[in-house]
Order: sequence, then structure tokens, then C-alpha cells
Amino acid sequence: MTEKKNAAGPQDNQRDTRLVAPGEDLGDSEGHELGHGVIAIDGRIRATKNGRMNVNGNTISIEPRRTAYVPRPGDLVIGYIEGCTNNIWFVDIGAPFNAILPMSLGPSKTDFGGTRSVIDIGEAILCRVQEVEETHSSVVTMKGMGLRKIRSGAVENIDPHLLGRLIGKQGKALRQLKEDSECRVIVGDNGRLWIDGDFNGTLEVRNRLRSLTAEAKAAKIGGVA
Amino acid sequence: MGYGDVQMIDANGIRNDGRKAGDVRPISIELGVVPVADGSCRMKWGSNDVIAAIYGPMEAHPRKIQRQDRAVLDVRYNMAPFSTSDRIRPGFNRRSREISKVTAEALESVVMLELYPRSKIRVEIEIICAEAGTRCVGLTAASVALAHAGIPMTDLVVSVASGKINDVVVCDLNKAEDNYGEADLPMGILPNSGELVFLQMDGDLSPEEFKQAWDYNMDAAMVIHDYCVEALKTGRYPQ
Repeated sequence: MTEKKNAAGPQDNQRDTRLVAPGEDLGDSEGHELGHGVIAIDGRIRATKNGRMNVNGNTISIEPRRTAYVPRPGDLVIGYIEGCTNNIWFVDIGAPFNAILPMSLGPSKTDFGGTRSVIDIGEAILCRVQEVEETHSSVVTMKGMGLRKIRSGAVENIDPHLLGRLIGKQGKALRQLKEDSECRVIVGDNGRLWIDGDFNGTLEVRNRLRSLTAEAKAAKIGGVA
Repeated sequence: MGYGDVQMIDANGIRNDGRKAGDVRPISIELGVVPVADGSCRMKWGSNDVIAAIYGPMEAHPRKIQRQDRAVLDVRYNMAPFSTSDRIRPGFNRRSREISKVTAEALESVVMLELYPRSKIRVEIEIICAEAGTRCVGLTAASVALAHAGIPMTDLVVSVASGKINDVVVCDLNKAEDNYGEADLPMGILPNSGELVFLQMDGDLSPEEFKQAWDYNMDAAMVIHDYCVEALKTGRYPQ
């Protein structure tokens, strides 16, 4: 048996990486599992996104160059309040649709009609996606440990698919970044980061984010087909 | 001077801009030209200069345009007032409405709209300089910009037009050929599957001429597709 196996399952070291464009034929679909950004049409695998193709074991996927955030239940996200009614806040979480934050899931007990006095329009909150419907409407909650209104620091953006690179294996890169900048950095799954610290530290984190984005958009990253 | 009166191709089959019957005008593609857009593409094709920008997926407004099972493509094709020698009055007109509609329908067959129910994807196509065949350039640029924006698609759409000048079928008409030629056949082609998503015809072609124009378009589409893929991989074409 050539494959190494351990508790994490079979580990096949065969890895391939190349840049692909939508519609590109990636070979026979038989014996392969389809990951992100690929579909099978008439027994052939076709790319649906522009990005890097990864073959890991028998799973073929594409790491896209650009992507929009699609919410999933349990995601920790940073949102901005875009509007409110007497008992609901509408939160921009960077997804195609605004999420709703009902008064019952708000940060504190709120009187009917008093939503704006608790969190006003334009303010940033750290919240968690509670529920996503089939139609992509989502509900967020602020009931949970660490979920709060953001009163200090800065919020920065990064493409959601680059979060893996920012965080690193077992959070190593992110831990290093926090140590170097002496800032509190909270990473939202929607690609928004809350950076809380002194001016130089915040600047250091921003520079790191900028270089990460530039690296990822550089043409020849990961090799060219 | 009327249709067919102007000599646009000589006895050796060389056209007035030096191309042979099956040749395409020079093409260059640049991505990311509109930094605030989610995806963008500038395509120069002969003297045509077109910018396509993509925004979204976003919530569809007004709500009456929302589809419960899929996204809608909001395509806006517009010619800049200075894009031609005759000033074009700004705003939508009959022609731009028609081209926006056929472009949207062509793109709908490749964009995986069912992944974004109730959303809208805005496709803005702006013609900066028009020579001939702007609908083809606009459609091709829009499909490259959609791919650049990370919108899932089953294929790219490459559009190209062939036509008839002085009773000869030629590929990719230029301004004079478009104005004084006898027929024009723009097609939108999916290069990987060879399927057709867009076809218009202006003027008359015999079945044989139609077949010849079809073949020219198919061959040209494969070449232009390679340019588009190269641009998507490296950010621009040529390097």
C-alpha cells in the first residue's frame, strides 16, 4: 500500500496547481470529487471560476482570484448597521443581502422602538450568523461570548478567500501578526477584520493585509499552466 | 454611393485595411481597469475601445424585478457621446436597449444565476470608441469581466461578426465594410462546447455564404478565446 493513512484519513501527496479560466476542461470526472468552483458536465470536469486549480488527492477544486462572501450558519462576521425598524436592525455583512438582527437577539434588553438608542445606523458590530435561508436571507445574533458593538479600533477588509492565508496553519500566521503588531485582531469570516491597538500596530496590520492582497493578485502566484 | 458600390477588397483578396478575408483586427485586453468594481475589463479591438464593469451580486431593486429562484442580470450597454464622429445623445435609445437585451440573454446562458436567488448582477458596458462590431466587443468584454469578478460561469462567451463585402464573405468587418457591405452576421459562441448563444443577421446571405460566415466566426472565436484566457491568467493580453 503506497498511501499513508492516519487518523486524519488517507493522505495522498499528489498535488497539482495551475491557473484556469471558466469553462476550461479539467479532465474526466470519474473517480474525482468535485470541490469549490468546478462542475461535471457530460462526464467531464469544467471550471466555473477564474483561479488556481488545486488537485488534492482525488478532490479537484479552484481557489478563486476574487469571490463574494456567502453567509453560512455559525460564521463570525463584522457588520455595519444600515437601517432599523422598531424591533429589527438591518446589517450589512458584505453578502449580496443584508442580514437582519431582531431585537430579541440584540446585545441588551431593548424597548420596542428603541433600537437606534442601542445600536445606531453606521455603527459596526461583531455578530454571528444564526440562520441562512435558501434564498440567502440571513439572521445574525449578538447573543454569545465576545459578540459586541465595536466602539474602538478600525475595521479593515480583505477578500474572504484570502483568510486562510492570513490565518495560516493552526492560526500560526495570525498569532505571529498579533504578536508583532501588539494589536487585538479579530477576523470575521466575511473578510472584515477588527484591529484594536495603537497607531503603529494598526498600520502594521494594514500593511500586512495590503501585501497579502497584492501577492494573491500577482499574476504568477502558484505557477502558471 | 450605395451598398456594394465601394471597392473594399481587391482581386488578391486583400481588404482595405490590409487583412485577408478570414483575419481578425488586432485585439488587446486589460483586466482590473475599474478598481472600485468587483470585476472589470477593457478590450481594444481594432479601433473599438470598450470598458465592461461588473458589480454584485447584490440585492435586486426594485423588488418587482427579483426572481425567487435565480439572480437577474442587469446589463446596460451605452455608447459615450464622443465615441463616434456623429455625437450620440446621452442616455438609452432603441439601439442600446436592444443590444442590452440580447447581451443579457447571451450571458444568462453561461452565468450560474441559480446560485444567487433574488439578487442582481450589474453589467455595465461603456463604448469609448466605436468602429464596427461594438456589440460583439461589448459581449466578449462583459464575459471576461464577469469571470474576473469571480461570478461562476460554465463557459466564456466570445462574440464575433462576419459579413459580405463586394460579394465576398469576410470575417470581422471594419467601419467601411460595415457601412457599405451587403450583410453582417454577429454570433456569440461558447468556445469550449461550440454552442451558440447569440445570433443576429443584417442583410441577405445565401446558404453557402452563411456557412462560410459561420465557419469564419467559429474559427475566430477560438482564437479570441485563447486571448481572453491568457488575459484572465495574467491580467492582460498581449503581455
